[in-house]
Order: sequence, then C-alpha cells, then structure tokens
Amino acid sequence: MNLNEALPLLVLGSSLVPGLIIFFLAETRFRLRTALNLAGAIIKLLLIGYMIWGVMDNQSYHFRHTVLPGLDLALKADALAILFVSLSGALWLLTTLYAIGYLEDSPHRSRFFGFFSLCVTATVGIAMAANLFTFFFFYELLTLSTYPLIVHRGTDVAIRGGNTYLAYTLTGSAVLLTGVVWLYDLLGQVDFTYGGTVASLGSEYDGQLKIIFVLLIAGLGVKAAIVPLHGWLPQAMVAPAPVSALLHAVAVVKAGAFGIVRVVYEVYGAEFSESLGVLPPLAVAAAVTIVWGSLRAIWQDNLKRRLAYSTISQISYIILGTAMLGLISTVGGVVHLVHQGIMKITLFFCAGNYAETLGVHKISGMNGAGRRMPLTSAAFSIAALGMMGAPLTAGYVSKSYLSEGAQQANIIWAEWVLTASGVLNAIYFLPILYRLWFKSQPPAWPRKHIQARGGKETAWLLLIPPLVTAAATLAAGIFSESNWSPLFWVKIIAVREYSP
Amino acid sequence: MLPGTDRMPDVIPWLILVPLVWASLAFLRGPGRGGRLALAGLAVQTGLAVKLAMQISISGVQSHAVGGWGAPLGIDLYADGLSAILLLLTQVVVLLLVVYARAYFIAHPEGVSYFWPLTGYLLAAMNALFLSADIFNIYVTLELLGLTAVGLVAARGGTESVGAAMRYLLAGLMGSGLFLLGVALVYGTYGTVSIAVLAPLIEAEAPSAVFVAVGAMLVGLLLKTALFPFHFWLPPAHGEAPAPVSALLSALVVKASFYLILRLWLQPFAPLVTTAAAQLLGLLGMAAILWGSAMALSQTRLKMLIAYSTVAQIGYLFLLFPLVTVTSQEAAESALQGGVMQVVTHALAKAAMFAAAGTVILSLGRDDIGGLGGVASRLPVSIFAFALGGITLAGLPPSGGFIAKWLLIDGALNSGQWGWVVVMISGGLLSAAYVCRVLRRAFLPMEAGARFNSPARALEWSAFTLALMSLLLGVRSAEVLILLGIR
Amino acid sequence: MSTALLFPLTGAALFVMGVAGLLLQPHLLRKIIAFNIMGSGIFLILVGLGQRGGSPDPVSQAMVLTGIVVSVAATGLALALARRLLDLTGKMQLPVPGEDAARDGPDA
Repeated sequence: MNLNEALPLLVLGSSLVPGLIIFFLAETRFRLRTALNLAGAIIKLLLIGYMIWGVMDNQSYHFRHTVLPGLDLALKADALAILFVSLSGALWLLTTLYAIGYLEDSPHRSRFFGFFSLCVTATVGIAMAANLFTFFFFYELLTLSTYPLIVHRGTDVAIRGGNTYLAYTLTGSAVLLTGVVWLYDLLGQVDFTYGGTVASLGSEYDGQLKIIFVLLIAGLGVKAAIVPLHGWLPQAMVAPAPVSALLHAVAVVKAGAFGIVRVVYEVYGAEFSESLGVLPPLAVAAAVTIVWGSLRAIWQDNLKRRLAYSTISQISYIILGTAMLGLISTVGGVVHLVHQGIMKITLFFCAGNYAETLGVHKISGMNGAGRRMPLTSAAFSIAALGMMGAPLTAGYVSKSYLSEGAQQANIIWAEWVLTASGVLNAIYFLPILYRLWFKSQPPAWPRKHIQARGGKETAWLLLIPPLVTAAATLAAGIFSESNWSPLFWVKIIAVREYSP
Repeated sequence: MLPGTDRMPDVIPWLILVPLVWASLAFLRGPGRGGRLALAGLAVQTGLAVKLAMQISISGVQSHAVGGWGAPLGIDLYADGLSAILLLLTQVVVLLLVVYARAYFIAHPEGVSYFWPLTGYLLAAMNALFLSADIFNIYVTLELLGLTAVGLVAARGGTESVGAAMRYLLAGLMGSGLFLLGVALVYGTYGTVSIAVLAPLIEAEAPSAVFVAVGAMLVGLLLKTALFPFHFWLPPAHGEAPAPVSALLSALVVKASFYLILRLWLQPFAPLVTTAAAQLLGLLGMAAILWGSAMALSQTRLKMLIAYSTVAQIGYLFLLFPLVTVTSQEAAESALQGGVMQVVTHALAKAAMFAAAGTVILSLGRDDIGGLGGVASRLPVSIFAFALGGITLAGLPPSGGFIAKWLLIDGALNSGQWGWVVVMISGGLLSAAYVCRVLRRAFLPMEAGARFNSPARALEWSAFTLALMSLLLGVRSAEVLILLGIR
Repeated sequence: MSTALLFPLTGAALFVMGVAGLLLQPHLLRKIIAFNIMGSGIFLILVGLGQRGGSPDPVSQAMVLTGIVVSVAATGLALALARRLLDLTGKMQLPVPGEDAARDGPDA
C-alpha cells in the first residue's frame, strides 16, 4: 500500500485510534486524554493539508477494500470530499478545545470524547466515501456514535431527545438502505462520479430510478431535516453545547445535505436529474423547509431551540442550490455547506458560553449580555449577521450566488423564497442583537458556572473557538475571491460537474 | 498449534471425540469440576476446526468413514464449507463462553453442578450433527443435542427451571419424533438414508409418502428451531437457565436445527419444495419477527427480553427460504450467503448479549430492566458488548449483521420479492427498538441505595470479544462466504 | 392385507395416538408413556417398510435398536425431571408459565 492509498485511511485513523484509546482511559487521566484529542485533531489537519496540496497538484487518493465481490469499502479524496473533510477537520479541532473547557469536571468524559472522536471519524468517512455503500456504512456509524452524545447527560429529557433522534434517523436510514441496495442491484457498484452514472441504464428504468431517488432523498432528508422529517432536530438540542455545535455545523445535518449533494451530482448527475424531473419537487421541499424553519424560529424563546429551527432553514439553502440546475446555483448551494458550518458553529459556541458563564438559556434573559461578554457577543453578532446575509460575511456570498442561480435557472419563486427568508432571519436575529447591545444588564446573572480568571469574560478555551470561527465567517466573505477561499474550491467542483 | 497434528490428518472424528473425552473426564471429577478441562478441550477443538476449514478451502469437501465400515451399516461423516463454518463458529463461541462460564460460576455457583460435562456432550452432539452425512445419524445427534440441552436448562433445579426444562424436553421429543417418522418413510421408500445417495433418487421419483416424510421432518425441525408458532418453549428455557447456558442455547443450539432445515431444503429435498411452502416459511418468519419483537418490547426482565429477541431473530433466518426457492441463481446465492452470515453474526451477538446481561445481573443482583440505571457508567465494557451485539441484531453497519441484511435485501430485490424487503427493514428497526429500551435505562443515573458488586474482568471481556467479532465480520465477511461456496 | 402394509399402518396409528397423548394429556407420566407409544409407532414403520421381499433388513433393525436406546435415555431423563417437579410442586403436571409471583431471590 503506497502513501496515496494509505492517506485516506490515516485521516480516518487520526480520530478513530485516539477515540478507541480514550474509551478505555480512566476518568482521571485528564492530561493524557487531552493530549490524545489534540494530537489526533492536529495530525488530521496536517494530513488534510497535505491532501489539499496533492489534490491541487492532481494527485489522487484512493483506498479500496473488498468486503464482498462487488461490494467495496472505498475512500477517495476528490475536491468535494476535501471540502467537507477540511471543514470537519478544522471545526473538530475547535470543538475539541471548546469541549475540553466546557466539560471541565463533569463526569464520563472518557465516554464523551470516545464517542466524539468516533463521530468525527464517521463524518470524515462520509466525506471521503467513494461509493454509496461506503457512504451508508459511515452514515450509520454517525447515527450510532451521536446517540450516546445526545443522551450524555442521562436526564429524562436527554434520553427522550435521544430516542426521538434514533427513531427518526434509523427509520430514515432504513429507507435509504432500500434505495441503495436497489440501485446496487440495478447498476452493480455505484461509485460517485461527476455527472452521475445512472443515466447509462436507459429510459426503461426511469420509473424505478424516480422511486429510488425518492427513497434516497427521503432517507437523507431525515438527517438534513427537510420538513416534515425535521422533528428530531429541536429535541436533540438537549445535548451539551459542543455536541449541538458539531451536530448542526458539521456532523449530522451536514451529512444529510452532503449526501443529497453527492446523490444529485455524482450518482444521478445534475442534467439527468433535471431530465428525470425529480429536481423541481426537491426544490419545492427545500423552499418549504427554508420558510417553515425561519417562521418557527421566530417564536422560540429558548436560544438553542431558535438556533435549531434556524439550522433547519439554513440547511435547505444547500438543498435548494442543489435542486436548481446550473453552475451558479451549484456553487451557491455547495459553498453554503461550508459557510453555514462556520456561522452556525459560532452561534452554538456563543450560546454555550451564555449558558455556562451567565446561566442564560432564554433569549428574554439576554439583555445587556453584550456588555458583560463583549467578545462572545461580537462573535455572535458577526455570525448572526452572516446568517441574515449581510455583506462582507460568508452568508452574503452564498445567498448572492443562490439568488443569481435562481435567476439563471429561471425559477422566480426561489428568489422570492430567498428574500422572504432573509427578512425572516432578520426578524429572529435582530431582536437578539438588540437585547445584547442596547438593553441594560440585569442586577445579577442567574448562575456562574465557569469561573473566569483575570477579569476575562469566560474561560479562554470557551472564548477562542467562537472568535476563530467568527473571524473565518468574515474572512470567507471578504476574501471570497482569493485562491484559498471555500468559494474558489467550490467553483472547481462545479466546473467539473458541468463539463463532462 | 497442536502436538501430533501430523499424525492425524483426518480431523473429522477428533472433533467429536475430543469433547466426548473431556466431558467424560469432567463427569468423573464430580459436580462443579472440569472448567479447566473444558478450556483445554475447546482450545484443541478450535484448532481442529480451523484445520478442517483450511483443508476444505484447499482441497474441497472432506469425508470420513467411521471405523472404516462405510455406509450403509457404518457411519459416514462429511464436511463441506457450510459445515466448516458452523463448526468453527461453534468452537469459537463456546471457547469464549467457557472463559465466561468459569468466572461466572465462581461468582454464582448455583446451577454449575454438571455444567461442564453436559457442555462437553452437547458439543460432541452438535459437532457430530454438523458432520453427519445421513439423516438417521442426524436424528441421533439431534436427540443427544436436545437431551444435553435439557440437562443444562434444568441444572438450577428450581420449579421454574425444571418446568422450563420439561417443556423443552417434551417439545424436543415431539420434534425429533416427527423427524424420525420422516426418516422411516424416506428409508422405506428409497432404502437409504445417505443424503448424497438420496438426492438423485428423489430427483428421479418421489411418491406421496416422501412428501409426508418431508412435511413431518420439516415440522419436527421447526419445533426444535422454535419458529413461530412453535416458539412457546424457548423463552422460558432460555430465560430461566444460567447466563452461560442461555448464551449457549440461543447462540448455537437453535442454529443446529436451522442448519438441518437449510441443508435438507437445499440438497436432497430441493426437487420437492414448492414456492408455496417457501412463502409459508417466510410468513411464519415474519410472524416470528413481529411477535418476538412485540414480546421483547413488553418484557420487564432483561433475560426474557433477549430470549424473545431470539424468537424474532429466528424468524429473520426463515426469510431466506422464499428467496432461495425457485428464483434466479444470483438471487438464491445472495440470499443463502445473507442467511448464513445472519446465522454466524447472530450467534456471536446473541452469545455476547446473554453473557453481558449475565454480568449485569450478577453485579446488580436483579434482572428487571427498570433497575438498570447506572450500568453504563459502572459496567461500560458489558454495556458496550450489549450495544455492539444490538447493532448486529439491528443489521447496522459496521457489523456483520449489516452485510447479512444487505445480502438478504439484495436477494429479495433481485428475485422481485418486494414484500420481504419491507419485512427485513422493519425487523431491523424493531430490534433497534428493543435494544434501545435496555440501553436508555442503562444510561440513566443509578438508583439510590442500589447494591453493586464489581464483576470479574473475564466476564466482561469475554462478552466483549464475542461482540467485537460479530462487528468485525462486517468488514471481513468475504472469507466466510468463500468457505460457504465450497459444496 | 399384506404384512408389508400391516406393520406401517399399525405404526402410523400408534404414532398418531402417541402424538395426541403427548399434546392432550396433562399428566406428565401419561405424556411420557405417550412419547414411548409414538416412538414404538415409528419403529414399527421403520421395520415394516424396511423389509424387502419378506426378509428382514439389517439396516433398519440397527436403526430401530439405536432408536430404542435413544428413547430409553430420553424416557429416563423425562422421568427424572417429572419426579423433581413432583417434589417441587406436588403435582405431576407442567407448572403454568407466568406464575412468577412465587419466585424468590435474584437469578441470572
């Protein structure tokens, strides 16, 4: 096995191996556990960096293990995989830092970080999966490794939330599995290929392919929280903040959206999907989800719940972009995969900081928090503005590409949906910002859980991650045209998809 | 691996003799003794099974005429890929269960009395069953297997366990009686009981007596396999026995009679089986899945939940028959592979789950699901083993159960039998539901004032090893299926 | 009626009687006797169908001998269990499942 074959495995192993070791560490081995976590995260980033460099240099990284004849576990690092892997690798490091600070002195940390690492391993596997079988393999691993994280606190609410999550996602994957096996039955191995592979079957299979498309999208749509399959997401909010951050930004919902991107572009192919007539219904589902999520978000007073409904809405931007034929909307959709990740993780980090430092969980209790925690609140504000699509932020880039894409695809109503959603975003985010900065502080905050030293607003491990991601939100907006921006990378992917 | 291996190139008879010898020695040493003998014996047997599997994969099917007599008066033994898989599975599972049982009976001596010799005789019967080449010898081994299993169930001696054993014995005797009736009719018709000789004869001509024979044998074996609605004896027998016995019975003993159904269905009786019969078996399997899962979901005792899960999982195995009967070669092959993978992974997973449950019950001193709080933090390894086993039962990746489910679904789609896909998928979800019922309790905080004894490490890790093996088969199933291909 | 048919038909009748007894008789001793009747029925069929051209068939005789040994062992075990049940419950009947109230102590 040469290095190019081993590299995808090493990327997986850099979180799998530390995770497995951590499971069996005694609770008190704080230093060793932290060292393993950070070493794994840093090694993963370095490996990913090496792969990015290689992919730009037209190297290919493939790994293949035959489970059964005609059934391979295959990993590859193509441009789209790199995009998702980099996102999850970078955010994993930040979330690990955050989680170390967040879970200080709480019980069962070995179990937590063990599953946390498994969860990232699964996400990376999903990103690099080279065929549907491998994708499904890691997709389920993700379901299973996130369940213990959601129920981590062991409260009744947590366990109810976790069970709802399992009920939704396992049913979803059962539907997905049916679609996958059916497609394998028709096509043999279904490798992800730009432009798709199913078109070769011939028109007599169109009916079956439509059903399979519905099965695949319905299965993936559970994790991507497409309305009406979104019911688990607000309930899963009971998880600790780092888990919510990871769930909403990189792992679970993103895996669903990423899967839809792979299915549309690399299994069915954008043009074939369009000719099959399956894209307009998908676009409609995405549009409904965008509006519904935003509407529901307005009425939530619990900050994490409001963010959860916001996630439901924002993830469907990706799906809307995917469901509209054309280079520009593809760019808008796929780039939002990254942009939504960094913005939403910032918001969740900040929500965790308010909860842990001030004991504030509700929006109505956030008055004046901006003065008490200026840096956290600044980060929160940047990310919230990004979500609204304010200029100079990452959100602006995604939204402008999406609406231009809607024009190009001549789907006028999609533009309306985007505008409406922008207004709704403002309605549910601006009042929070107003409370943060312009209302006066209450005489006392409910609870101080994390004691910050030296007059800082909170523990530095909780502060650095949101600041970094907020800065990234700005950078991805301001330097969107540079050669190192996610946008640049996504353009490469889109061009490859549309030029056979 | 084994001294003197060179002097006995023919491993087949030794797979039966070794357990007979150590079981008899253990019996002579008296009640409660013989754990070490068992361990040594199983180590040798595992080596023998590996050697046999290697011989088969290199030079094909193996056979052996006992004492050089040869059929019809002597007994022929025969091993192909399928037998080798089951032999290997049996020795490996029992080896780990022996490690488990030694620690278990130190902590909880009740029921140990003749555990070791009975286990040895049970293994001898089971190995002989997998190696039998004629249906009369199969009857004998089946009966021996049943009697030793009944002895194991009764070992604890209380009303519940003796009652369960009696019920098990009567059901088993009825089952083997029906099987023997079939053997008598087949012998009366064809004048032979050899499977290999029967196959062409049945192909050529089958009078109605043979249909009666096949029906009787099938019903008899279904009774022994505990397929719904013949499952009534299983939950008490498996739920009442000591944990190592439950593991042994659920993981392996019911598989032995399933193996016979499969073997006879595919080989000598293939010309007689009809689509209608296959669909009926599939429907019974579906009913077993639904009934077993529903009962598992409503149990209050941990071991009864696992026992009902066995009822459901046995149903899953029978979904294979509609897929291998009068379908395309490809669909049948895929379904057969899936079914055998299901047998193997379920055996490993179920042994792990019963073993883990036994550890949990020993540590807590109670076996109601409501009292499981705190187990996830006190017994992480056992709960991990239980959960990994559950993943296999639910057919989720990365487990071997997933590969099995994939192959079965593929077989169903390939033969255009849509309905079974829905059944398979729902069956997996139902298993996830009842496994989750246990896990969610385990994650709750410990009840105040609950008692807790730390278990021996061997208890936790032997269960974990079993579960891990069921998981690893998910990425290494090709070897098993290559072996299966040698017929 | 020829003896070739007489044996198997008698055997079949015994078998049916045995099965019916096994299923319907609640008393354990009767169940065990029924099992033996069922077994004898099968042995008759085996011997009866086995004889070709009026001469006895050694193979079927050997099988029946083996079968008798097995059924003696099974009967012995069944009697031991029935005896034990009688000691425990005072009844020669299968205990009704689900009567868990009488259970005492933890079990595993």
